[in-house]
Amino acid sequence: MTSERRYPDEISGPFPTPPREFTDGEDREIEIRPYDGSDAEYESLSEMYVEFDPEDRAQGIPPGKESRIRTWLDGILADDCYNIIAWDGDTAAGHATLVPDTDGDHFELAIFVLQDYQQAGIGTNLIKSLLGYGKSVGITKVWLTVERWNHPAVSLYKKVGFETTGAENFELEMAIRIGDDEE
Amino acid sequence: MDVLVGIGSPDESVAALERTATRAAATGDDVTVAIVGDHADAAREALEADARAVADDAGIDVSIRHVEGDPGSQLVDIAEAEGFEELVIGGGSESPMGKITIGSTAEFVLLNAHTTVTLVR
Repeated sequence: MTSERRYPDEISGPFPTPPREFTDGEDREIEIRPYDGSDAEYESLSEMYVEFDPEDRAQGIPPGKESRIRTWLDGILADDCYNIIAWDGDTAAGHATLVPDTDGDHFELAIFVLQDYQQAGIGTNLIKSLLGYGKSVGITKVWLTVERWNHPAVSLYKKVGFETTGAENFELEMAIRIGDDEE
Repeated sequence: MDVLVGIGSPDESVAALERTATRAAATGDDVTVAIVGDHADAAREALEADARAVADDAGIDVSIRHVEGDPGSQLVDIAEAEGFEELVIGGGSESPMGKITIGSTAEFVLLNAHTTVTLVR
């Protein structure tokens, strides 16, 4: 599956790199910065997922139970993954992550915004910042899957440069190129 | 009950077969295993050996057959033509992120089978 995935020829971007601050659509001061690996940030993130509305789960993630949330977070917060968090003060409002495929060359992207913070521009800022972060560490190819009926998510991904690369299953597969492989 | 289990890959299918075999040991279900998909001979034999081992562990007899052609449509055809009451398949794999993805075989079976379908995770 990995080796056959198609990526756009064109390089998307440029994207901003975190840390970044902005005022969201509800006048909240939001800061986006890379996960620092501290217990405090881990706990805040875990809290965000405990609060997460089950209706906004996608393809089984985030998991529902706290113990399973922690197991899942341990996997995607590992050293070979890239994570950024959107903060409203000490509250984790959103989280975006890049997780390597087994070959370590391609990264799967996912993004989550807590319900109270949705539709305020945080998702758009998160995904652009994550792609900027990824590019800054040398990542060139990013992919994701999204449920085909999730139109807001699909249009957000398209807006930043993702193209549909697989549409034969329940989920759409989309991919973006953010850097030159030869660089 | 006559149960048809479709297996096509070691990682996704063993769980489906284990669950079916465990239940069959308790209920007396008749279990038929269909090995589907294109495999080299060695891989096909390995899948059959896996299936035998699972059945032996559960203490049940199963009949095993090799089915060529498109896995989804073959399973649906066999289930209907031979009057199986339940069709069991692997219920998807996980992406690096942990997202559950349903393969094209499972999707085809879900949308086309007139028998009850069980996806095993």
